[in-house]
Amino acid sequence: MKPDEQQLAALRSELNYDKTNKCVQCGYCLPACPTYLTMGVETHSPRGRINLVKMAGEGKIKDLSVLEEPLDLCLGCRACETVCPTGVEYGAILESARAAITRRKTFTVPQKAMRNLLFKKVFPSRKAMNLIGNAMWVYEKSGVQKLARKSGLMNKLPAHLGEFEKITPPAVAPAQRASLPAFTPAKGERKYTVAMFVGCVMDAMFRRINQLSVQLLAEVGCDVIVVENQTCCGALHAHTGELDESKNLAKRNILAFAQNDVDFIVNNAGGCGAMMVEYDHLLADEPEWAERAEQFVRKTKDISQVLVLCGGIQGEKRPAERVTYQRSCHMTNVQKVTEEPVSLLKNLSHVDLIEMNNANMCCGSAGIYNIVNYDASMEILDHKMKDVKETETTTIVTTNPGCLLQMKLGIERENMGDRVRAVHLIEYLAERSGMINAADQSLS
Amino acid sequence: MEKMTEGHIKEIRDIVKTGQVLTKESDRFSYSFDASFGTYLPDVVIQTKSVEELAALVKLANREKIPVYPRGQGTSLSGGPLPVKGGMVIDLSVMDDLLEVDEEDLVAIVSPGVLTADIHKAAEKKGLMYPPDPSSSHVSTIGGNLAENSGGPRGLKYGVTKDYVIGLELITPEGEIIRTGGKTVKNVTGYDLTKLVVGSEGTLGIITKAVLRLIPKPPASETVMAIFDSLVDAGRAISLILTSGILPSKMELMDQASMTAVENYKPSGLPTDAEALILIELDGHPAAIRDEAEQVRHVCQKIGAREVRIPQTKEEKEEVWKARKLVSPAIVRVKPTKISEDATVPRSKIPEMCRRLQEIKEKYQIHLVVFGHVGDGNLHPNIIADKSDKEEMARVEKAVAEIFEAAVQLGGTLSGEHGIGLMKAPFMEMELGAAGLDMMKRIKQAWDPNNIMNPGKIFPEPGQKLVLSE
Repeated sequence: MKPDEQQLAALRSELNYDKTNKCVQCGYCLPACPTYLTMGVETHSPRGRINLVKMAGEGKIKDLSVLEEPLDLCLGCRACETVCPTGVEYGAILESARAAITRRKTFTVPQKAMRNLLFKKVFPSRKAMNLIGNAMWVYEKSGVQKLARKSGLMNKLPAHLGEFEKITPPAVAPAQRASLPAFTPAKGERKYTVAMFVGCVMDAMFRRINQLSVQLLAEVGCDVIVVENQTCCGALHAHTGELDESKNLAKRNILAFAQNDVDFIVNNAGGCGAMMVEYDHLLADEPEWAERAEQFVRKTKDISQVLVLCGGIQGEKRPAERVTYQRSCHMTNVQKVTEEPVSLLKNLSHVDLIEMNNANMCCGSAGIYNIVNYDASMEILDHKMKDVKETETTTIVTTNPGCLLQMKLGIERENMGDRVRAVHLIEYLAERSGMINAADQSLS
Repeated sequence: MEKMTEGHIKEIRDIVKTGQVLTKESDRFSYSFDASFGTYLPDVVIQTKSVEELAALVKLANREKIPVYPRGQGTSLSGGPLPVKGGMVIDLSVMDDLLEVDEEDLVAIVSPGVLTADIHKAAEKKGLMYPPDPSSSHVSTIGGNLAENSGGPRGLKYGVTKDYVIGLELITPEGEIIRTGGKTVKNVTGYDLTKLVVGSEGTLGIITKAVLRLIPKPPASETVMAIFDSLVDAGRAISLILTSGILPSKMELMDQASMTAVENYKPSGLPTDAEALILIELDGHPAAIRDEAEQVRHVCQKIGAREVRIPQTKEEKEEVWKARKLVSPAIVRVKPTKISEDATVPRSKIPEMCRRLQEIKEKYQIHLVVFGHVGDGNLHPNIIADKSDKEEMARVEKAVAEIFEAAVQLGGTLSGEHGIGLMKAPFMEMELGAAGLDMMKRIKQAWDPNNIMNPGKIFPEPGQKLVLSE
C-alpha cells in the first residue's frame, strides 16, 4: 500500500467505516429523526450523517471538521436504529466519528482544563459529585437562590443557564444525602439480591429518587446493595468523543460490581442503563475484558424490569389522575425496555395513562445537548410539548434524569406549572403506593 | 453545461427570499446521493416553498445553462434525483403544506413535498382511498412518486400513480408556470400533458401541485397463503388465479432464498424446504371476498400447493404479512450491496420469467432473490453482492443485462416502477428501438431546448454502459 492509502485505511478503521456500508440509504430513518424534523435538511438526518462519515472514509471529504457540526447537532437518541431495516449500528458510527474529530481538535488551554476537570475528575468521582449536591443544597437554603432569581441575574447567565436553574430539583440536605445505606434487606421473602447503580448526575441532583428506588426494590422483595467504588457510567464521555475515558470508567464499574454476587445490577436512568448494556461493545477490542463485560451486561437491568419481575407495585386508591409517559430514547432504542414502565403505570388503580402522539420522539434533552445546543434543543422541546398538551394530562412520567429536567423546562416554557408536573417513574410509584406524600414531596 | 460561479450563487440568494440556499460542503454532500448508486456533488442546494421563486430559479438556470435537479426525500432506486452534472438541487420535500381532501369531487389536492402515507391517512379519514402504495410511502414524497410514476403492491388491481393523477401545476424548463388537466376524470382538451409529465423523471419540469383521484375505501380484506414445492408451479398458480375471474388487491411472492434469509434473520416459521410461498390479498365486500378466498384455495390446491392457509384473525393476518416485510432487511444481512431490479413481464409470462431468472442465477453464480408484487408481473429480482468484490460485480453487471434482455424478449419492460434514471439508460434502445427512443428525445428537446432539467437521465450518453462497480 502507498502511504496515503495506508493513512486512509487507518482512518477507515478509526471511523468504523465498514459499518457505514450497511446503510442502503433507503431513508426510512428520516421520519424518526428529531433533528431532521426540526431542521429539515438531510445534513442533519441519520442517513446524511452516515453518508458524511462514509465520504470521509473514502477520502472524498478531506477535512474531518466538515463533519463536526452535523455530528454535534445529533441528539444521539438512536431512534434511527429502531426503525432501520438493515440494522445499521448508528450509535457506534457516531461515537467513533466524534472521537476521531475530538482527537484531531486543538482545544484552547482553558477548554482543555475544563474538559479534563469535568470528564476525568468530577463526573467519575462520587466525592466531587457529592460536593456539587451539597453546594446546591447550600445555594438553595441560604437564600442565594431567591436573591439570584429576584435580581434577574439568572437571565443574564450565558447559554441560558438561568432557565436551567429554575428546574433543578430541590437539593437534599447533606445529612440525608449520606443516607443511602450499603445494605437494605428485602421486606418479607427475598426474591432477588440486587446492586444499585447510583450514577453521577442522578446521585448529585436526584439522590431522593435513588433513595426511593432502594426502598421500592426492598418493598417488592429485593436485598439491595449499594456498592462502593462505583463510578459514572461514562455516557457523557462517550457522547462527547472521550472514548478512552469512558472505557476506563466501564472497567472500574465492572470491577466494582464484580465484588458482590448479585442477580441484577439495577439502574434508574435510561441513559446510564443504555451505556452499561453496551459495555461489551465498548470493550470489544479488549478480549481480556470480554467475559466480565458480558456478565455485567447480562445482569444490568432498568429498575422497571426488576419491579415487574417482582410482581409490580400495588398503587393505593387515590384521586383519579391522567398521566402521560415521555419515554427515554436510550431506554427504548438501546436497552429496548418499552413494556415494563407502561405496565407498571397501567397497573396503578385510578391512573389513566394517555399516550401522546409521537411518543417515541426525543424531548431534546440528550445529555448536555440542551445546554450546548440550546436553540436546536428548544425547537425539539416545543414539538414535544405540543403533543404533551394534547393529552390533557396533569403528570408527565419520565425514566431518565435528563428527560425529567427537560420536561420541567418544557412546563416552565409553556407556563403550565400550575396544572402540570413532571416526575420520575420511581417518584410516581412511591407516591401512588403511599410511600411519599404528593403534596409536600417529602419522604413520609 | 456551464460551471456555476460566485455570481450565480449571489443571484440565487437574491431570488430566494423565503427559503434557504445551502453551499457548505457538508450540505452539498448530503444531497449527493439517493437510495441507488453513486455520489455526485451539486454546487448548491435550494429549499423554498415559493413557486414564484422556483420559477425564477429555473429561468436563471435556463439562461445560464445550469443543470437543475428536483429532489423529494431521495428514496429513488434508479438515481432520479442524482445531480450527475452538478448544478442546483431543488429540495422539494419542504413544500409539504397543501393536503386537501375534497369528498364531493373525490380528489385530493397536494403540494409535492407531502408524504404519500399522509395522503393515505387523510383519504382514509373520510372513508376514501388513494391506491398507489409504494413500500417507501411513509418516507417518499408525492412529488417523487409523480415524477417516477411509482407503483406498489396494489398496482395489480388498482394501477399505478399515473392512473390517479388528473391535474398538475408545473414549472417548465424555461421557467413558465403551466397547469395541465383539472379536477374532472373526463378531460380530452388537447394533448394529455398530465400523463406525459407523470413518469418523466423530472426531465420535463418541476411539479408544484397535483390533483389526485380518490376512490371509496373497500370495507374488508382477506388473506390467502399458499406454499409450493416448485417456483414454476407457483407462477402457474398465479396465472390461473388471475384468469379465474378474481382480481386480488395484492399478490406477493417469496422464493426459497428469501424465505431462508428471513428464517436466518428472524425465525418466522417459513417453510425453507419449499421453493415458493405466495400471499394473496383480496379486498371488497366481506361476503364476496370470503367466497373468492375459497376459490383461490381451490386453484392453488389444483396446481399442487403443498399447503394453503386462510388466516382468520387480524393478528394471524398481520403475522403472515410481517414475514413478507422482513425479506428486504433479511437479504442484506447476507451481503451488503443490494441491486434491486424491477423488470416486468406480461402476466402470462410470469412462469417463464421465473424459469429464466433461475437460469441466470446459475449461469453467473450470483445470489439472486426473487420476491415482490408478482401478480402484475413485476417480479423484483434482487441481486445481493459485495460492491468491494470487483470480480463478483462484473458477473452481476452481466446478469443484470441478461435480466433486462429476458424481460424485453418476453414482451415486458426494463422497469415497472423504479424508473430508468441512470443505470438502465443504456438499455433504452433495446426496448424502444432507435425510432421510438428518438421520438422521446424530440419531445425532451422541444420542452427543454437547453437540456437543463435533470440532465444525464433516461437518455443514454454516447457509449454509456451499465457500471455497478465504483
